[in-house]
Amino acid sequence: MDKLMADLKKQIISQLNLQHITPEQIGNDQPLFVEGLGLDSIDALELIVLLQQQYNIKINNAEEGPKVFSSVRSMAEYITANQPA
Amino acid sequence: MKLYIQATGNISPQNTLGQPTLPANLSEYNTNRLYSIEPDYSKLIDVKLIRRMSRIIKMGVAAALQCLQEAGVENPDAIITGTAYGCLEDTGVFLQKMVQNKEEMLTPTAFIQSTHNTIGAQIALLLKCHGYNNTFVHRGFSFESALLDAIMLLEEKTVSNVLIGGVDEITDFSFGITSRFGLFKKNINSNLNLFDTPSKGTIAGEGAAFFLLNNHPSQKDYALLDGVSTFYKPIDLEETEHHIQSFLSEQSISMNDIDLVLCGRNGDSIGDKVYDDLNERLFEQSLITNYKHLCGDYPTSTAFALWLAAGIIKSGSVPEALMKAPKNDIKRILIYNHYQKIHHSLMLVSTC
Amino acid sequence: MSENVYIAGIGVISAIGSNIAETLQALENHRAGMGAITTLDTIHRERLPVAEVKFNNEILAKLTGLPATVSRTALLSMMAAQEAWEDAGVNELTGLRTGFISANTVGGMDKTEDFFSGFLENPQNGGRLRDVVHHECGSVTELVADRLGIKHLVTTVSTACSSSANSIFFGARLIKHNKLDVVIAGGADAITKFTINGFNTLQILDEQPCTPFDEHRKGLNLGEGAGYIVLVSEKLAKKLPKDCYCRLSGYSNANDAHHQTASSPDGKGSYLAMKNALKQTGLQPSDIDYINLHGTGTANNDISEGIAIQRLFDPHYPKMSSTKSFTGHTLGASGGIEAVFAALAIKHGIIYPNLRLTTKMEALPFTPEKFFLKNQQVRHVLSNSFGFGGNCSSLIFSTA
Repeated sequence: MDKLMADLKKQIISQLNLQHITPEQIGNDQPLFVEGLGLDSIDALELIVLLQQQYNIKINNAEEGPKVFSSVRSMAEYITANQPA
Repeated sequence: MKLYIQATGNISPQNTLGQPTLPANLSEYNTNRLYSIEPDYSKLIDVKLIRRMSRIIKMGVAAALQCLQEAGVENPDAIITGTAYGCLEDTGVFLQKMVQNKEEMLTPTAFIQSTHNTIGAQIALLLKCHGYNNTFVHRGFSFESALLDAIMLLEEKTVSNVLIGGVDEITDFSFGITSRFGLFKKNINSNLNLFDTPSKGTIAGEGAAFFLLNNHPSQKDYALLDGVSTFYKPIDLEETEHHIQSFLSEQSISMNDIDLVLCGRNGDSIGDKVYDDLNERLFEQSLITNYKHLCGDYPTSTAFALWLAAGIIKSGSVPEALMKAPKNDIKRILIYNHYQKIHHSLMLVSTC
Repeated sequence: MSENVYIAGIGVISAIGSNIAETLQALENHRAGMGAITTLDTIHRERLPVAEVKFNNEILAKLTGLPATVSRTALLSMMAAQEAWEDAGVNELTGLRTGFISANTVGGMDKTEDFFSGFLENPQNGGRLRDVVHHECGSVTELVADRLGIKHLVTTVSTACSSSANSIFFGARLIKHNKLDVVIAGGADAITKFTINGFNTLQILDEQPCTPFDEHRKGLNLGEGAGYIVLVSEKLAKKLPKDCYCRLSGYSNANDAHHQTASSPDGKGSYLAMKNALKQTGLQPSDIDYINLHGTGTANNDISEGIAIQRLFDPHYPKMSSTKSFTGHTLGASGGIEAVFAALAIKHGIIYPNLRLTTKMEALPFTPEKFFLKNQQVRHVLSNSFGFGGNCSSLIFSTA
């Protein structure tokens, strides 16, 4: 799980071009949107593709988005729970 | 009504950002593609907002913010941009992924940033500027159309100032494609010698030049913008001369009142014939100089020309880097450019 | 400067008709234009409905006299501009300063797409150059201006989905400033793979025919087409053999300055655009008889636009509808097409239905019209066009 979360942080920074922060600056439980990292709806769409590309996981139900992307930990948990066999 | 050029901001292949006029040391290139000299954007744009911006957006936004900073204006009443090609890099990124990924796994960022009005929109977003916001995308008339819109707005007195800019970028894709049309010279020793040996083609350029126009004077104005005019596909030299003369008579002046003609000569022997012919006739008695060896040729290069002219008017003299025997007492400049012999434009600037 | 600007001619092409007569009939018969994608080779063919113009490029080329190899956007533009120009009947009067102010969002992108796969494989020789020569937005405009023989003033606006509303009011101002006597203004856009895929990444495309201003709306359908109006000065309007459709009495552009693509929750930009356009006309909100909504059918647009309307109009709501329920969202053409609809509403005293509306939006106190209405008093029409980059434009058309 720790390794997955560390990977995710790097991938998020690269996918969203967050030049001003380092992976260490993102807390595992820090909110990614609005008051946390300040991400918005466009970033959510970028993250959906990130999960698809890197982990082969497709989020079909748009309403799942906010829950899955609430923090790095929630993303990692979702990936672990939905890992394709 | 008098319209004042209150401040400028110019990112170009020369070291122009934050400079009132052309620096003494010109940047020399030995290729047919000139690149803008880009500043450390983090000094001008909030780093959190830079992340989605492609090069042209950063250039445009930074030049605009520099211009506002110089004017001491936080929020303009209107923002108008001209760009012939728009955000080519984002367009290319999205197109390439779409083709290569066969329409799968695409993300929205490049698409939403590829929209032609992104630069004007990002400036508005940064400044929380709710005023009039428009973008013109008409090839060699893009910047001139934006100017025309700005002049009308200021005359309507619904605004007192307008932030206006001309922006275009070259990307590897666009340079590759336009090169195949044979637009550029094959061998270049130096852009600074562009006019020495006439041959086919020109050199590619890019840049972002912004201006704050105001219908009231300030202490720091560069020049008056007296007028702008465009004419499309003139049939012959007579028609071109006729347009120039009627533009001048609308201003109640003649060529004798022009202290300097700033021409859009680009080194291409076919296109430059228009300037050669005018130099023998209408411009025969005039002091003439050129600007495209400095910034390269691109559809909105007239924004660079306006920056150069405004600086010359403000200082009253032609910089040595532009003309070996410096001329002083320059009070009125006519800018004449044609882009690929299709889009002809005139701008007139004078001392305040 | 204070002179009125009149609408002397109109022309339109969209999925519901290739001219004014066909379009009016489709509107009256509640006949929408959405269907499966037929003109483009895309993986979204089976899934995403679009509102396509029913003619292929060969037929459009025959009808316009342009080559079939040019961008479909130029062909559509020519169809509508030609109809508007002939309708106005001003081409008989010589010596007029005439302008063509067009708009589009992606220029000749349909052809650039054809070019690009070959180009990526072989940048030196791949792809046919003729497919990319009209890539620029302005180049599409020039193909049409040259065919119409207009050269006094030719330019192009591109502000995403409000593009042609902006080209129309720029055209009107050129007349008011006495720079031109007559202007053909509007815009065009063909459906391209670039725009379908772009909007698809934003997950705002409905997989069924769209349902603007419905509580359960799921997004927009892309459409294509062109719409132009011929604007003339007051002086010229008096010389024309037939009556003008209406006046362009108000216009305004404001920026939402909230987000690159999303509208603000309180619709600040759209509120300002509508309010300032009204202010220019000197009318009260209650004077407006019909609002042609921007009404794309996305969750975000409709609530934001609705709240802005509530702020400005409550409690006197005019009749309203989104004609995008017929034409789909035609992007750079929509302001032009909807300006034509506004002119027709005033001339014929008609109001258009907002199709497929079943559940009223809970958050809003008003419901758009569900049926085509005749014999209405339509004196003032407000037309909204909002685009990416927070670009919000409102136009007001009034009886001549």
